[in-house]
Amino acid sequence: MHLILFVLFAGFCLAGAINLLLQSHPITSALSLIVVMTSLAVLYLLLGAEFLAIAQVIVYAGAIMVLFTFVVMLLNAGREERTMGSRSARAVGFPAVVALLAVIATVILKAQGLGVATLGEGLTDQKGATNIEVLSTVLFTRLLLPFEVTSVLILIAILGAVALARHGDGDPHGNRERTGK
Amino acid sequence: MNSIFSQEVPLSWYLLLSAVLFTLGVVGFLIKRNLITVFMSIELMLNGVNLSFVTFAYQWHAVKGQIFVFFVMMVAAAEAAVGLAIIIAVFRARATLAVDRIDLMKL
Repeated sequence: MHLILFVLFAGFCLAGAINLLLQSHPITSALSLIVVMTSLAVLYLLLGAEFLAIAQVIVYAGAIMVLFTFVVMLLNAGREERTMGSRSARAVGFPAVVALLAVIATVILKAQGLGVATLGEGLTDQKGATNIEVLSTVLFTRLLLPFEVTSVLILIAILGAVALARHGDGDPHGNRERTGK
Repeated sequence: MNSIFSQEVPLSWYLLLSAVLFTLGVVGFLIKRNLITVFMSIELMLNGVNLSFVTFAYQWHAVKGQIFVFFVMMVAAAEAAVGLAIIIAVFRARATLAVDRIDLMKL
């Protein structure tokens, strides 16, 4: 059962990623990326990371991809023009990518002591706490400060996004708001 | 029969999948000519790395890996917001999304 689910969703994942590369229209690429992220959420579930699976669907497949599709539609992005890039990029880039994959795959296949994943055996502690309980205990005790700093980071990112997206638009309404600050 | 309905999947398969996803992200970053799609390829690379973090957290029964993935997701959300705002600003300034035409800093 685990093997079937893994092969199925790994296949979805790879198909979505390859489709992202092959499609020339950005909105199709965005939808393929949603397929990749949702399949990855299922793989996280198979690895016993329930919280991350839910967060993946909500944050990645939900929030981030909504932002992407929103920008694609806002900018009315059409088909991309295919250019093959420079000759040196073709001569050096693609062998380098193949070499990168070969190196990573060799390291993984040579690695000793990698176990097997079995279904239903997640990350729990001895007292029978679930994955979410273990994760939140660490997150809200030992790592409370980084967690709170993350919220400040998100706030700054929101402010920066608003400032960047508003900057330079010539309509008088925006100008009045900026000088009013 | 037993092999198809096996309950066990080697963790190296998960790691290989994450390596392939990362490499596909690199390829997309190199060959795509649309600014938004290039940005999507970066998200694909982040997702590939996240999968290997979760796999290693499973392998070592360590919760730190999953927490790291959680922080990566938060930073990715912030990065997506700022990056897409920059894309909107670039589109306003240059009226194009083709990376070949955004070459002001090119030698």
